[in-house]
Amino acid sequence: MSERPIDLLRRWVLRQTREQRAWFEERVNALAEGAPERELHMVMGLAPRLLGKETLALSTEDLSLTNSALEGWRPEGLSLDGAARIVALTLYRGERPFAETFKDLRRTADARELVALYRGLPLYPEPESLAFEVGEGLRSNMLGVFEAITQHNPYPYLHFDEHRWNHMILKALFVNSSLANIVGLDERTNPELARQLLDHIHERWAAGRTISPEVWRCIGPYAVDVGALDEFEKALSGEPLEQAAAALALASNSSPQAKSLLAAHPAAAAKIAESQAEQASILKNEVV
Amino acid sequence: MFIDPHAHMISRTTDDYEAMAAAGIVAVIEPAFWLGQPRTFVGTYVDYLSTIIGFERFRAGQFGIRHYCTVGLNSKEANNEELAEGVMEWLPRFALKEGVVAIGEIGYDEQTPLEDKYFRAQLALAKELQLPVMVHTPHRDKKQGTSRSMDVCLEMGLDPSWVVIDHNNEETVDETLDRGFWAGFSIYPSTKMGTVRMVELLKQYGSERIIVDSACDWGISEPLAVAKTAKLALENGISAETVRKVTYANTLEVYGKSGQIQESDWLNPPEIDQRTLYEGNSILRGGREPRIEAPGSRKRDSLIIE
Repeated sequence: MSERPIDLLRRWVLRQTREQRAWFEERVNALAEGAPERELHMVMGLAPRLLGKETLALSTEDLSLTNSALEGWRPEGLSLDGAARIVALTLYRGERPFAETFKDLRRTADARELVALYRGLPLYPEPESLAFEVGEGLRSNMLGVFEAITQHNPYPYLHFDEHRWNHMILKALFVNSSLANIVGLDERTNPELARQLLDHIHERWAAGRTISPEVWRCIGPYAVDVGALDEFEKALSGEPLEQAAAALALASNSSPQAKSLLAAHPAAAAKIAESQAEQASILKNEVV
Repeated sequence: MFIDPHAHMISRTTDDYEAMAAAGIVAVIEPAFWLGQPRTFVGTYVDYLSTIIGFERFRAGQFGIRHYCTVGLNSKEANNEELAEGVMEWLPRFALKEGVVAIGEIGYDEQTPLEDKYFRAQLALAKELQLPVMVHTPHRDKKQGTSRSMDVCLEMGLDPSWVVIDHNNEETVDETLDRGFWAGFSIYPSTKMGTVRMVELLKQYGSERIIVDSACDWGISEPLAVAKTAKLALENGISAETVRKVTYANTLEVYGKSGQIQESDWLNPPEIDQRTLYEGNSILRGGREPRIEAPGSRKRDSLIIE
């Protein structure tokens, strides 16, 4: 049986912790055995000071264990203190419901702490109870906090309803946050999102602004349903990156209309293989 | 390169941030204070503290300015006992957050018993957590209030080299320096220190333990006060080393004792600091000469908004 994700994370933190190893191990054990909540506040507050802020070191072998521990879990890019905070909070057994403890931490958190709190979402007990808390994070104006939820994090894929998913995608585009690292981007796309993105494209074009080439990917499968073929046609004759993105997105649509539109733009269609290879290499780097 | 060690940026506009960055200000310290009117709920105070450790820090980073803060219950709001008790319960949790460089600004306003009570309680907290202290000295009955603030700091067992006595003037500076405290001067029009007087003080007292700040807030105040004082001082023959100490290095020395502010934060930041989203300093990046211009002056001339 594979290790639980939290056990993996705990092991990695301890492995990288030097003189404070005993402190951390002892505190986490105490928290797991029901130490008072203020002990949790202390560990959360002291983690960066005692353990340092370096990046959590993960080998290729470590990363090969994550997906079987939890589908879509991608701990790369976590900081050591952030990982330690996630371990402490996840293993803490308090008397209050988990969401209340989380809310209290979130209300007093600095930006770095918020990032850690939200990156830990997929590992916490009672994940469904955190819906309100996640909403507060998504509404944050601090990009790092928003991306702690949206990027490398399977929580949205696993727990968001369609309305929240769609608004996450729209906000990501609005704040220039890349869609590529959103777990389950293709699996969770839907006709309503495609319609909203089509409106987004019209609005941007009307204002004389550019659109992210990533937009097309979520519309592709529903291009015919939402009536986006004219827009795709425009993109297929646009900038090279836009051409490639639109062609790749359209290739995911099996309708005859999509196929013939693509066939009418051989230069753009020729970019598909190249883009697929690029996308595969991006994904490979992330999940390996 | 300057640091403004006392700036209530929560009350300032993006024009101010742009102008400060252009003038060479690389870091600011935002002391927790009141907002021009009293808060009436503990919760609004908690959210205020949360804003200055979080969103304001992020906002400053977008302009290439590093943002730090001090947390505390200010003297005016200490007079609302119910509020004060509530804030004191939350305060320890904020004191150890990232970028919190001191307990402050605390001290006296009307020198009431309640102000005294919470001033002492917070000095004890600073001592316990090994944090520097920023002391706000009162506008009224200033000389005696400043003197009393220092008495109480010593009585509570604080090391004066960990305490900045702010808003000094010609009448208070001697005692502040003689007793071993740091002396802050707020260059704030009409009510506090002016640039010309400040230059005279630098001529007389030199640079040791002297710190220049703007204390800019929601009132008529000057976010470029530190940069302007530096320029005027240099033009009046004050040495570059003295100017550097009072507008930069002294701040780093005293608040650096918290372990939460160091030069490498802006001189050598990570290429892309994803966790705090610091955009890097445009002055350092572009190697441009710092320039002082009125906040928003460039924008005001342009009719094009895109």
